[in-house]
Amino acid sequence: MAAYAIRRLLGAIPTLFIIVTIAFFMMRVAPGGPFDQERTLEATVMANLNATFGLDKPLWQQYFMYLGNLFQGDMGPSFIYRDLRVHQILGEGLPVSMALGAWALVVALVFGTLLGTIAALRQNSTTDFAVIAVATFGITVPNFVVAPVLSLVFAVILSWLPAQGWGDWNQMILPVIALALPQMAVVARLIRGSMIEALRSDHVRTARAYGLPNRIVVVKHALRAAILPVVSYLGPAAAALLTGSIVVEQVFNLPGIGRFFVQGALNRDYTLVMGTVVIVAVFVVVFNLIVDLLYAALDPRVRYD
Amino acid sequence: MTDTTLPDAPVLTQESRSLWATAMLRLRRNRAAMASLVVLIVMLFAGIFGPLVAPHSYAEVYPEFVKVPPSLTPYPQAEAIEPAAQSALRRARLEIGEISISGGQVSIEVASSREIDPRVSRYIDRSDVFSNAETTVADDGLSGVITADVQQLYFLMGTDGNGRDLFSRILISLRISLLIGFLATAVALTIGVLYGATAGFIGGRVDNVMMRIVDILYSLPFIFFVILLVVFFGRNVVLMFIAVGAVEWLDMARITRGQTLSLRRREFVHAAEAMGVSRKAIIRRHIIPNTLGTVVIYMTLLIPKVILLESFLSFLGLGVQEPLTSLGVLIAEGADNMRNAPFMLFWPALTMTALLFALNFLGDGLRDALDPKDR
Repeated sequence: MAAYAIRRLLGAIPTLFIIVTIAFFMMRVAPGGPFDQERTLEATVMANLNATFGLDKPLWQQYFMYLGNLFQGDMGPSFIYRDLRVHQILGEGLPVSMALGAWALVVALVFGTLLGTIAALRQNSTTDFAVIAVATFGITVPNFVVAPVLSLVFAVILSWLPAQGWGDWNQMILPVIALALPQMAVVARLIRGSMIEALRSDHVRTARAYGLPNRIVVVKHALRAAILPVVSYLGPAAAALLTGSIVVEQVFNLPGIGRFFVQGALNRDYTLVMGTVVIVAVFVVVFNLIVDLLYAALDPRVRYD
Repeated sequence: MTDTTLPDAPVLTQESRSLWATAMLRLRRNRAAMASLVVLIVMLFAGIFGPLVAPHSYAEVYPEFVKVPPSLTPYPQAEAIEPAAQSALRRARLEIGEISISGGQVSIEVASSREIDPRVSRYIDRSDVFSNAETTVADDGLSGVITADVQQLYFLMGTDGNGRDLFSRILISLRISLLIGFLATAVALTIGVLYGATAGFIGGRVDNVMMRIVDILYSLPFIFFVILLVVFFGRNVVLMFIAVGAVEWLDMARITRGQTLSLRRREFVHAAEAMGVSRKAIIRRHIIPNTLGTVVIYMTLLIPKVILLESFLSFLGLGVQEPLTSLGVLIAEGADNMRNAPFMLFWPALTMTALLFALNFLGDGLRDALDPKDR
């Protein structure tokens, strides 16, 4: 398995390389530069600016410069926030986004599993239908509808929780719920389906025949088998959380990388946008690798060689 | 040994139903899917014809009615007419008597110490609220009645922050969202089906390489690339179709490839090959019709995804630009104004939710109806 991990890690390098290359050249063939303003700058000023940011060199040289800097963890200067370098900006935003995403993932997994299991144990009961209804709702209604509505109800109308900001625990509740809800719905649906199947399987019947208490049968034997589809869903879930956090950070005004990304995109801050894409790509690739390894560890039938 | 008589082969009295006829029958039995179909057809008509028949243009600004709440009664409302008349007549130096309103007509009693010039009605006409003002001066010339038509504007869902009718804007945004949904899906469908069918039909090494590329693309954070594309090449609707379509073709490619692969090994394809049917004819007559069912299912499930992606971009301010609008833009505006005008969030969010529910239920229904597994 260690060999497999290393091979996958090496395989990820060309993928990342392709991403960086596409992003870099897309940025350079785009019409208009970051210094094109309504009032055209004087030629000498423009030349100076271009020289400062290395934009006067040939394209291939710029590309290798960017790559070289990237390897040293430097993503170049931000074109809009003049005094900051991109990795400084992203370094500030990353902890916020990570905390938000991690909490949302935990909430989605725990509550999704709980709801799905309850629904499966009481198949075709009212509880079951209620869970299905909630899950359908959560899957269909997108983040950018849920987040403002939650904010409207709990922050504006009821004023139980703050509508925006970051730092306090109570400021985290609404964003985490808004981000977790759709994923929770998917997890609940997945668990419900696989749990119903697992409860009918031979090994669970055997466990019951041995006279094991119901709780142990469900948690130790059925759930263990039922959780596998959720593990393989973790990859897409992480991607969905990433895009979801762009919206949630925007609605709740959180200083995460998603908001910097949107700000950068709206201001045509090329280096900031590219830096975000690189970070996100690295994250997705690494996360997918972890999920694959986890899957192998949980399901002994899966063998990698 | 006893002779067992084989039961007579059942006589086929009814005509055999085609795949599509059976699917339609099943679909008709699915109540959620049929309700969704009705909702979708209504929305489709609303999107196509709604903006043409709506009383207000989606871009028309009524500066005096900014963020007015939804109401079934016309604007300006009765209690607002009196002040409007008073302020319109302020410069006319008249004593204003009783103001009475009845059914779109207002009559204002006026009096003055000097003779009243019938042309004072022009003051009333200048206001946006009134039109066709006429003055009837009494015989003594010192008092009279001004009558005028009152503008009657219906804002069923209220107006937005610029004083534009929200209902008209929802209609036009439905049109934009559905248009992008269908067109981008068509783009994704074309790329995906061609790519997948090619990979599946040629097979071997080519198939391996082509599918490996799809795998790599799958692991990329595509939404970020769409945003990059939109940022670098400006925001226009055509580019959005292509960008969104170019992102969503991967599923379609995988599905078509799988279908093609399994179809190639089926007896009827072998039979056709043995009979000397050309490759082209096999693809046209056997492969494509048999993949169609699956493709249709995924198409109905793809449309909501595409609409969602477009709205997501518009929500962030990277999609459709003013004065055009889409559901994402309206929801974003509603979210900004939810403190003082919650209806601006409510109606677009409701429309979006209904649209997505309908599309998803119909897609699920179609999948159940066409699923070859329980046939």
